[in-house]
Amino acid sequence: MRSPQLREQFSDREVQLLSSLTESGPGFYGLVGFLLAVIAWGIIAYSIQLRYGLGVTGLRDYVMWGVYITNFVFFIGVSHVGALMSAILRITGAEWRRPITRMAEAITFASLLMGALMPVVDMGRPDRILNVLLHGRLPSPILWDILSITTYLTGSTLFLYVPMIPDIALLRDRFAQGPAWRRRLYTVLALGWKGTEEQRHRLETIMAVMAVLIIPIAVSVHTVVSWIFGMTLRAGWNSTIFGPYFVSGALFSGAAAVVTAMAAFRWAYHLEDYITESHFRRMGYLVIALGLIYAYFTFAEYLTPAYKMATHERGYLTAVFSGPYARLFWFTQIVGVLLPVLLLTLPRISWVRRLGDLPLFQPRPILAALATATGISFFLLISRSPVAAVENVDTIRTVALWVVFALGGWSFLGLLPIFHTWPITAAVVASLLVNIGAWMKRFVIIVPTLENPFLPIQNVPVIWAIYKPTWVEWSITAAALAGFVLIYLLFSKLFPIVSIWETREAVMEPHTVIRKEVSDAPGA
Amino acid sequence: MRLSRRAFLKWIAVLGGTASLPAGLNRLIRRKGVPALVADASSPGRLIHLDHLPDGPDGVALASAAPLPAQPALETSQRRWVMVIDLSRCDGCRACTEACTAMHFVPPGQEWIKVYKMQDNPAAAPYWFPRPCMQCDNPPCVKVCPVSATWKREDGIVIQDTSRCIGCRFCIAACPYSARYFNWVEPPHTPEELSRPYSTDWNYPHVKGVTEKCIFCPGLVKEGKLPACVQACPMGAIYFGDQVEDAVTNSQGETVRFSELVSNNAGYRFMEELGTEPRVYYLPPRKRIYPAPPAESEPAATGGNHP
Repeated sequence: MRSPQLREQFSDREVQLLSSLTESGPGFYGLVGFLLAVIAWGIIAYSIQLRYGLGVTGLRDYVMWGVYITNFVFFIGVSHVGALMSAILRITGAEWRRPITRMAEAITFASLLMGALMPVVDMGRPDRILNVLLHGRLPSPILWDILSITTYLTGSTLFLYVPMIPDIALLRDRFAQGPAWRRRLYTVLALGWKGTEEQRHRLETIMAVMAVLIIPIAVSVHTVVSWIFGMTLRAGWNSTIFGPYFVSGALFSGAAAVVTAMAAFRWAYHLEDYITESHFRRMGYLVIALGLIYAYFTFAEYLTPAYKMATHERGYLTAVFSGPYARLFWFTQIVGVLLPVLLLTLPRISWVRRLGDLPLFQPRPILAALATATGISFFLLISRSPVAAVENVDTIRTVALWVVFALGGWSFLGLLPIFHTWPITAAVVASLLVNIGAWMKRFVIIVPTLENPFLPIQNVPVIWAIYKPTWVEWSITAAALAGFVLIYLLFSKLFPIVSIWETREAVMEPHTVIRKEVSDAPGA
Repeated sequence: MRLSRRAFLKWIAVLGGTASLPAGLNRLIRRKGVPALVADASSPGRLIHLDHLPDGPDGVALASAAPLPAQPALETSQRRWVMVIDLSRCDGCRACTEACTAMHFVPPGQEWIKVYKMQDNPAAAPYWFPRPCMQCDNPPCVKVCPVSATWKREDGIVIQDTSRCIGCRFCIAACPYSARYFNWVEPPHTPEELSRPYSTDWNYPHVKGVTEKCIFCPGLVKEGKLPACVQACPMGAIYFGDQVEDAVTNSQGETVRFSELVSNNAGYRFMEELGTEPRVYYLPPRKRIYPAPPAESEPAATGGNHP
């Protein structure tokens, strides 16, 4: 795989970290091809939407925001991880962050681009987008969003770029592979970096100042995103804690996204020496802490109106707790918050290993339990009409459902020792669940509130009162996700995804670096 | 020397601030309700924020950027349009909706004035409830519009400029009365609709991808006519007029004092607790002259938090 030419130019360590730039197998091209196909399909869907109007979506006058705005909130949320990793961990002197900060910043960059695109896709008249600049009204929260997202995009692009300069200079000086435009790009982007003491000092100063500036900007971004909803009178959105609630959810989903990216790059580019199990452990702690904060906010946000059950709030609360959105809501809470936190805690609990020794949790009984559960679920699915003649069919169905739950819980307990032995697998499963849950939770925040306006929905077709996204919306959503992965992938092909010079410093002189960090930090 | 002069100026400023404090407090106390957002007549679409409501004749509060009228003849900018809907007269025939749709060529699926069937509590009888745009004096939709495509006119109308709207639908999300609609597809056109150049007074021809709403028919009002829904109501349930003149008129030709009509008949504004300060008043549905609407709910009726 690794060319001998590369070995002459670079040390073993650098060869390993540069492998993402040099190794492009069929898997890579296949993935890029697939992503491009998904994006092309999304563009077709969007051109249909442009041609016929937003009527091709499932949106109507009551539920006038749906999947696009969900994507917007989701992507902007994920983007918060850049500020968390590179600013907060930098200021607090967490040295272990070094190999993963660039990954986090790249997530921020890619997800901000996709997130900012979503409101444009949602616009009825994208041709009039310049009106926002020509006739922009500052009292509108949309203007706050535009200001704060563009500021954050600028800031985090700098945050991504500035610490990359020494690595770009290294590529400019010694990376001979690839087309000429690549070396020219490196030459321009390196900004004449020579690694002098003065340049290093300047870089450190910029980073220290940026680290302080970026935190309030990042907090403002998701706060004003939440205020798109919080500044209306709608029941379910009319909440004072929406700002911090959204910020906590954003950090939670962002940190989980970094765990996924860490595992993907570690596996694809063999970065086991740099992204170690301890990184997953530490990131796991972060995700657990953020998840608990988020769970607390969710609890506070829903319990206070649910206790009172005021007239206007009853509609969306019932829809979410026991109505049409109950399954989605409880999924986000149990599978999207509780289970990931449990999975991340698991490797630290020693008795879980002994669970695997019990005869009940051997592979064979577990498989039998799974098979039985699947069988009963199948019966439940088909039994709806043909068995309806049988008396007490509802009781039978209820009992069967509980049996499925019990068997599922048993199988899950059997999986615990496996997750205990494979903590990274557990972390990846947890982080994926967090992000799936995060997307659904944003959907549950937006749609049930709109389906329950102050005035009853009368005299309209039922499909206008209930939101069902169409293939156009799903296609554009898939394209946005593909665009996010593609930007991320191409970034890792152009620049080393793990910082070469920062990890070198940490390895060579950890103590001096830590002291330097502290003295550079503000207030020290 | 220089430093002391600066200190001296600072003291002056502090003293001045203290002296003006009682005056400001006084004004704050005199202020009634929520400050009004009104449009600047010189540049439409720009909002100016009045820090108090000047007192009009007969103690009626009116918000106006212009000075109070010297002559009895009122300009449009000096009027304050108001609507009163007598629920005891509404029999739910939806003639208002039909007339509005015909006059404005309202795109299908939209009802700028929509007749709801309401029931306040299980013990009370249901009644019909026509809902136009409330033309709020503290309009949530105007606050959130990012491009000034909707604004509060000096005569009280919340107008919608579909030639500027970008279709973000934030105003629809903000409106608590579901009074705003969106052109999800290209609206069907007729030669009559296309005959007139677009103006906010009539709000057509309609275009795709923008928000639409009831605008109190400023085009008809300018011609000295009543809005389409008011004219069409066979029961004379809808009154329309000028709050400054203190007179409202219905389709039966009854012209009554607005203040007396509302105060003598327990007039109220819908969802007063939201603080939107609507310009539409309702008279409660008591002593009705027609049978109550059927008690069972309609098949398409879903959701809704209001009883």
